[in-house]
Amino acid sequence: MTDYNAKFNAIEVTDELIAEHGITKEEHGIMLDIMGRTPNYTELGIFSVMWSEHCSYKSSRFWLKQLPTEGEQVIQGPGENAGVVDIGDGQAAVFKIESHNHPSFIEPYQGAATGVGGIMRDVFTMGARPIANMNALRFGSPEHPKTRHLLSGVVSGIGGYGNCMGVPTVGGETNFHKAYDTNILVNAMTVGLADSDKIFYSKASGIGNPVVYVGSKTGRDGIHGATMASAEFDDDSDAKRPTVQVGDPFTEKLLLEACLELMSTDAIVSIQDMGAAGLTSSSVEMADKGEVGIELHLDQVPMREEGMTPYELMLSESQERMLMVLKPGREDEARAIFEKWELDFAVVGKVTDTRELTMMWEGQQVGSIPVPPLVDASPMYERPWEETPQQDIIAASDVKAVDSLTELLKTIMGSPNMASRRWIWEQYDHLVMGNTIQAPGCDAAVVRLPETKKGIAISVDCTPRYCLADPKQGGKQAVAESWRNLTASGAKPLAITNNMNFGNPERPRIMGQFVGAVKGMSEAAIKFNYPVVSGNVSLYNETNGIGILPTPVIGGVGVIDDVSKAVSIDLKAEGEDLILIGETKGWLGNSVYLDTVEGREEGAPPPVYLDQELANGDFLRGLIDDGLVTASHDLSDGGLACAAADMAISGKMGAKLVQPASSDVPAHAYFFGEDQARYLISTKNAAVIIEKAQESGIPAEIIGKTGGSDLKLGEGDAISLAELREAFEGWMPEYMAVEL
Amino acid sequence: MKAKVTITLKNGVLDPQGKAIEHALTALDFGGVDEVRQGKVIELDLAETDEAKAKTQVEAMCEKLLANTVIEDYSIELSA
Amino acid sequence: MKSAVILFPGTNRENDAIAALEQASGVKPQLVWHGETDLPKVDMIMVPGGFSYGDYLRCGAMGANSPIMREVAKAANAGVTVFGVCNGFQILTETGLLPGALMHNASLKFICKRTQLKVESNATNFTSAYETGQVITVPVAHNEGNYFADTDTLDRLEGEGRVAFRYCDEDGVVSDATCLNGSQRNIAGILNEKGNVLGMMPHPENAIDPLHGGVEGSPLFTSIVNSLS
Repeated sequence: MTDYNAKFNAIEVTDELIAEHGITKEEHGIMLDIMGRTPNYTELGIFSVMWSEHCSYKSSRFWLKQLPTEGEQVIQGPGENAGVVDIGDGQAAVFKIESHNHPSFIEPYQGAATGVGGIMRDVFTMGARPIANMNALRFGSPEHPKTRHLLSGVVSGIGGYGNCMGVPTVGGETNFHKAYDTNILVNAMTVGLADSDKIFYSKASGIGNPVVYVGSKTGRDGIHGATMASAEFDDDSDAKRPTVQVGDPFTEKLLLEACLELMSTDAIVSIQDMGAAGLTSSSVEMADKGEVGIELHLDQVPMREEGMTPYELMLSESQERMLMVLKPGREDEARAIFEKWELDFAVVGKVTDTRELTMMWEGQQVGSIPVPPLVDASPMYERPWEETPQQDIIAASDVKAVDSLTELLKTIMGSPNMASRRWIWEQYDHLVMGNTIQAPGCDAAVVRLPETKKGIAISVDCTPRYCLADPKQGGKQAVAESWRNLTASGAKPLAITNNMNFGNPERPRIMGQFVGAVKGMSEAAIKFNYPVVSGNVSLYNETNGIGILPTPVIGGVGVIDDVSKAVSIDLKAEGEDLILIGETKGWLGNSVYLDTVEGREEGAPPPVYLDQELANGDFLRGLIDDGLVTASHDLSDGGLACAAADMAISGKMGAKLVQPASSDVPAHAYFFGEDQARYLISTKNAAVIIEKAQESGIPAEIIGKTGGSDLKLGEGDAISLAELREAFEGWMPEYMAVEL
Repeated sequence: MKAKVTITLKNGVLDPQGKAIEHALTALDFGGVDEVRQGKVIELDLAETDEAKAKTQVEAMCEKLLANTVIEDYSIELSA
Repeated sequence: MKSAVILFPGTNRENDAIAALEQASGVKPQLVWHGETDLPKVDMIMVPGGFSYGDYLRCGAMGANSPIMREVAKAANAGVTVFGVCNGFQILTETGLLPGALMHNASLKFICKRTQLKVESNATNFTSAYETGQVITVPVAHNEGNYFADTDTLDRLEGEGRVAFRYCDEDGVVSDATCLNGSQRNIAGILNEKGNVLGMMPHPENAIDPLHGGVEGSPLFTSIVNSLS
């Protein structure tokens, strides 16, 4: 009889091998304490992925715990596959954002596609049908030789997966900056809809209950993907190509339908998606949460390749797989559903009372690890950190004025970071399901809930240059902008998911960015009652010691009771008044203006005054609910002028804006300053709005009128919309036309 | 037997992917490439051991499913 | 009007199709699984959009060979109204119910946008609620919508008035410049000889709601209902 333990664990576990698995000296000691012996090869593999940064959040956990995660709207906060928020009427929004940065740099199509596939799985594992996808993308400078290839591949990968799944991709943001030249960011977010009393969790229970594997077969994909995502790149990263997973959206679509069909019965005890670190993290998670053990019969796992070992099966990151615990005797019913959808279904183990993760092969034990210490003793570092020094406040009067504001506006609207993303989102099916009320290009996407008049508003936001200059203000600003974007559409913001993308946390400056961002985000989230319900951390986004800009992306979700009241950014009719809500001091530090005109990326970013944000936003939401607003746009990059340009271009309607005589801000700072807490709206009821504003002490002024075919900034400075549109729509198609 | 089916677009049917590859090769300074046609290869493991019968079988597969003869041509290679 | 919507593994616009048919007829269509060998008795069958079998091998190729499509073909030949949208159009060409084939978009990219179509004639069961020559706006969402047929087939389609819709611009101009995806002669949708089968790439079922994609797809479904009452 074959001795499988000897066969599969023949590789000697030496100190070198342990170090090669990314386990530090300190962790090495803890591991030996837990096991009471040197782990075998299979067990070592499990420790290495469970204790990788990606799975253990060892650098970030200490700080993430400080984020606000509670509120009366929260059904499930961080810790499950996705966050769950009550949206009323017995329904819940289930959502999360997740990064797939490193894989997307190595193979942009598959990296992005599997990122989208993974996040959708996280959401439907909870029992929710995905109803919208979003993404936040960061690429290197447009001049970098790889940028076109990466952009093209990532966009078609996102589309390739989401389009096939039949889930609309309704928006997102894309930026270019040289700091991302060799570390692009691909953050994908999915929002799903479930009945709030039918949420599924990962906690295993019921000693003896069958553990079932469904979905695709397991191959050798992505072995050590989780450790790869936790390591810095070097020039040899190309050699890591074989570990990239390949996505199969068709199988995932079947998996979605089969899971939802099975979930409509009561056969499932618990369910967990096999994401990063595959079978390992899913089984450990289920056992840990349920305070039970799990015994896996690895020879029963459906395999795609011959000769796979327990080590490979436990670490494989093959996509489109799920692990679940069924109620006893429900296997046949479940099997029939999965076979109807032509998916693999195998009973691969059972729940035990040992609290060990035990791996078997043809009845013989090939490895066993106690679960609680594997999880609890996983390292948590309070890494040393230092604050980013404060930058000087740049006075508007010290920044060069330009001769023609509209000429500058054209330059900015046609620049890589401000130009239209139509080239991207026309490759995404944003209309499938028939409920997309506000499509890409708006402040927030608005998606109607099937068979209701209610809708969900979604936005993803971050301004990395602010975060670099002042991580705390930047973190605060990302949350505030997200809240503003939802508000500008008329929605009530409910909760957020965050994707913390940073460089190497072992460098105190980088760790300090992380800490600052968390502090700023917390402050804003508490103020807005806008808690964090799920998230993801991606560290080590560095190549050869050069890190990305700190990029804490906020995915916000809100609810709007009647989607017919949602307001979009496009100007609707001639002769309406334009009202600016919020105070304009002309903040030019770290602005698009300063960068464009003087080539300076510096200065303290605009401060975020949370009281003003809350007051101004709540005021606008009330106006929208009263039906007083015809178009509305939050002011962010490029300030008032760029917001007005967006509204005019998308509405194919000109406008004239005039700085009020009462304002003593220099014109260039009035129109391009990036003061926060501001919105530009269009209305037929200006008098009513101004009166309401005065009553509520909200700064609001009529600053212009819609009409004509030009956009005018002040007296005598005009540009035709056609010219502006050509610059805005032209940049990206032209840039990508030279794609190889 | 093993069968290898090569499927390409018919002559006269515009092949946008082939065109894109041709364009890319030129941009990469590979001169002298006149026309690129791209297609797909399907490998089949057959229980059938008789070559003639195998050929008939695979031809039927091509006509019925593997190729769309409105736009595609196919060729079959058999080996033991 | 009693109708059925066919569901393949990978179909994803079945609910959009159901919504449009229900809105026009007042009756909820039946969903029919691709593995069925019996069709319910219906007046109209819709083959919806999506990625049947993941678009693997060729779009629509495997769906076309599923058991239910033999029944759909029989029904079509017996005069039942059959309407294929997007992947449904691809499946109908693969079954031979409609001539030609759908190839990769000339841009080699997936295209999702609202586009203009010219209604070639309102003398069909699918277009009677439009005006001949009317320009309508409906969305498209496809990667392989580039219509190809040999010249004889194209000439016959045009000669017999079987081109239902063409891609055009807002002014109704049909030209190479207004051809969305490289389709020959800007063809967006075609009819069979009897006029009871229509296949088209654009999605009129996503243009039935003023809040979502406009309402210029609705008359198509109204036309179908009217032709059957």
